[in-house]
Amino acid sequence: MKFLKKPGAVSCMASLLSILAGILFGFLLLIAFNPSHALSGLVNMTTNGIANSDKLAKVFYMATPLMMTGLSVAFAFKTGLFNIGASGQYVVGAFMAIYGAVQWQLPWYACILLAMLGGAIWGSIPGICKAFFNVNEVITSIMFNWIGLYTVNLILLNSPAMFTNYYVPQAPNTPLTVSLKLANPEAILPKMGMNEWMQSEYINISIFLAILIAVVMWVILNKTTFGYELKACGFNRHASEYAGINARRNIVLSMTIAGALSGIGGALYYLSGTAQYEILKTALPAMGFNGIPVALLASSNPVGTIFSALFVSYIQVGGEALQPEYVKEIIDIIIAVIIYLSAFALLIRGWIGKLVTRRSLESEEKKLSPAGKKGGNTPC
Amino acid sequence: MSEYVIEMLNITKEFPGIKANDDVTLQLKKGEIHALLGENGAGKSTLMSVLFGLYQPEKGIIKKNGRVVHIKNPNDATALNIGMVHQHFKLVEVFSVLDNIILGAEDTRYGLLSKREARKKVLELSERYGLKVDPDALVEDISVGMQQRVEILKMLYRDNEILIFDEPTAVLTPQEIVELLDIMRGFAAEGKSILFITHKLNEIMAVADRCTVLRKGKYIGTVDVSSTSVEELSRMMVGRDVSFVTPKGEEHLGDTVLQVSGVTVPSRLHKKDAVRNVSFEVRAGEIVCLAGIEGNGQTELVSAITGLEPIHSGRIVLLGRDITRASIRERSKIGMSHIPEDRHKHGLVLDYSLGENFVLQRYWQSEFQNHGFIRKKKMHEYADRLIRQFDVRSGQGSFTIVRSMSGGNQQKAIVAREIDKNAPLLIAVQPTRGLDVGAIEYIHQQIIAQRDMGKAVLLVSLELDEVMNIADRILVMYEGEIVGEFDPKKTTAQELGLYMAGAKRDTRKEALA
Repeated sequence: MKFLKKPGAVSCMASLLSILAGILFGFLLLIAFNPSHALSGLVNMTTNGIANSDKLAKVFYMATPLMMTGLSVAFAFKTGLFNIGASGQYVVGAFMAIYGAVQWQLPWYACILLAMLGGAIWGSIPGICKAFFNVNEVITSIMFNWIGLYTVNLILLNSPAMFTNYYVPQAPNTPLTVSLKLANPEAILPKMGMNEWMQSEYINISIFLAILIAVVMWVILNKTTFGYELKACGFNRHASEYAGINARRNIVLSMTIAGALSGIGGALYYLSGTAQYEILKTALPAMGFNGIPVALLASSNPVGTIFSALFVSYIQVGGEALQPEYVKEIIDIIIAVIIYLSAFALLIRGWIGKLVTRRSLESEEKKLSPAGKKGGNTPC
Repeated sequence: MSEYVIEMLNITKEFPGIKANDDVTLQLKKGEIHALLGENGAGKSTLMSVLFGLYQPEKGIIKKNGRVVHIKNPNDATALNIGMVHQHFKLVEVFSVLDNIILGAEDTRYGLLSKREARKKVLELSERYGLKVDPDALVEDISVGMQQRVEILKMLYRDNEILIFDEPTAVLTPQEIVELLDIMRGFAAEGKSILFITHKLNEIMAVADRCTVLRKGKYIGTVDVSSTSVEELSRMMVGRDVSFVTPKGEEHLGDTVLQVSGVTVPSRLHKKDAVRNVSFEVRAGEIVCLAGIEGNGQTELVSAITGLEPIHSGRIVLLGRDITRASIRERSKIGMSHIPEDRHKHGLVLDYSLGENFVLQRYWQSEFQNHGFIRKKKMHEYADRLIRQFDVRSGQGSFTIVRSMSGGNQQKAIVAREIDKNAPLLIAVQPTRGLDVGAIEYIHQQIIAQRDMGKAVLLVSLELDEVMNIADRILVMYEGEIVGEFDPKKTTAQELGLYMAGAKRDTRKEALA
């Protein structure tokens, strides 16, 4: 019980317990929907991510954009802002990256920078509206999700070079952008030989970049004066203004950085060489919204988002192993339930905390009792 | 057996790193006003929160009329007819007065809210006890005094017999305090029992029957007020003798530090200007006190000088430099420190640690940062020094989250930070609000020490005692204007009171300026 006195250990323990609760509940759903495959389904789902190196590579591959959008939400949240616009920033980032790669034939690092810029601009506008006109950032960023999506789709549909049949005339007409292998192999993220080693096309340097960025964000928030200012504004805008901190500037900067993070997320996913952007007129990519649970699961700690993104990605890859015994919608429900219950970490942390203080008090009392109870009732 | 309506026996309540209550016993008789006295952080609020069901004690029992009761939440407390007026009011700002009073005890008819009976009862109570309120006004629009009357009506509406007042006079004007004490006497005469938490010894002497004293979480004793004195009470509370008048040497006036000329500040609340054409100066080595009843423009004037609010017209000069349009940071760099009126809104980032709050205005100085990285070790060393020097009490030293500290110690932390900034101009707005006599004495000494070191001090205070005690010069504000200037040695509190209430005014020179 002693190690539980450290707050970090309590947090970890609570997260693990709530994940366990989520998986148990998922198991109940598996039984409910198709009892004969429930047990094998559970085993498949929880082990699929490490079944072979290709699956593991896929966990990393899916975790990368989640990590970035999760960081985006978490970073803004530390400044007291709710960045629900990660989806739009992600879309704009993805667009800038593939457009730069295909249309302008830029190398991968230039594409990432371009995506970062695009996401940053998309994040900064709600930030500016919030700081100078006190417009709630939630409303503006939801609007900008859709403005971003439709603008991107509009430009892509009017750029014939973005589609496969521009290169291979006999190819069918699909809403997918052209594969980078065909259009510009220079823009594909380096694999550094890891693809041979892991026997997978999914692996590249993106996961390491994302982890590096997460650590950098943690350092910025916890070690620098800039992070100190951002958090002060988030906790109490009035007090930070009183202290001479430029709260407006910090709100804009925070949203800009958050946008840049989501933008990089879009680039890292679509520059992998395995993903093609699909023009959907009615839906924003799930990667953006899934950043919100990733950030919440990590209690907005940037380093925590590394693990929560890996976890969410692991469950998603695990869900693929449930097919064909379960239909896709049911798998999505089960994944959602597991993630949902995992968010109870905070509640469980409170329980553990109470348990620990009670135990330590009891043991203290035992130590005291041989000495005899202190006579206390002495009102004058 | 049950001479007592409420008995709290051997209560112990712990927080991480601190025993807020250590074996405390409190017995309340029926129909008495029982004062609970103690320094800031002595555990008074904690003890009351235990009684009100907000905290569960680790040890000890509570009895009502001789029977053991378990109070797990405020609903249990309400069921036992225990009511509480909190130090920071618990009101829904956007609700009307009536809605706030019935909240949690609403009458319904066929599942729908029925307010007619409630309105009648509230008006009756308000009439009977002289608690004037407007049932339809929104709480955010009414004065602090009226908000408190709403809190009191909330207790009466629930037919509470045991009334807890947690530092009720801290936010009131002198006139309102007199009214409140009268109302409390009325309650006691009707057989209601009152627990009255306060720092102000003269209020205890005026109204209480008995007084229980706590010090650092421990029970010190219970005394009959009729057989004790202010001196004895303060000795019990602080553990040493306290002087109420701070000794002060001759003033040595220096150059003008702050010059305010013709300043007009628009009001946020109404169309009229909150501050109208105000001019004055503060010189090095003097304490100038702005006295006045709350809401006469002092807050807005200070906001204008410190840069929190823009001004309409006029000029502010600090150390020879025009700061009328300067940013807050620039003013701070030129040499201004500011103990703000609202410690929770402006003074502190409550979710930051004590150490982080101490460097709130200095984190960018090279002492505390290195190429943009905060030097946490330096920060905590600095915090430890301030904690020691100013006796700021907390559970985990400089790592304590400020939200968990007692109100008085939060205030001490702000005072420590601002005085240690060592700026040529110190602006202190109600620096001793909510503090105990020991802490007040200490802060007064510090402010006078600043003045003796040649600093200019601008003090805003609602407490006439404080004004008379430490000011070198008094300016009285009434309805946004300065209506009189006084030397505390040559005037009386009564005289000041007349000016503060607007009954008298001098035509001053700034009409010409």
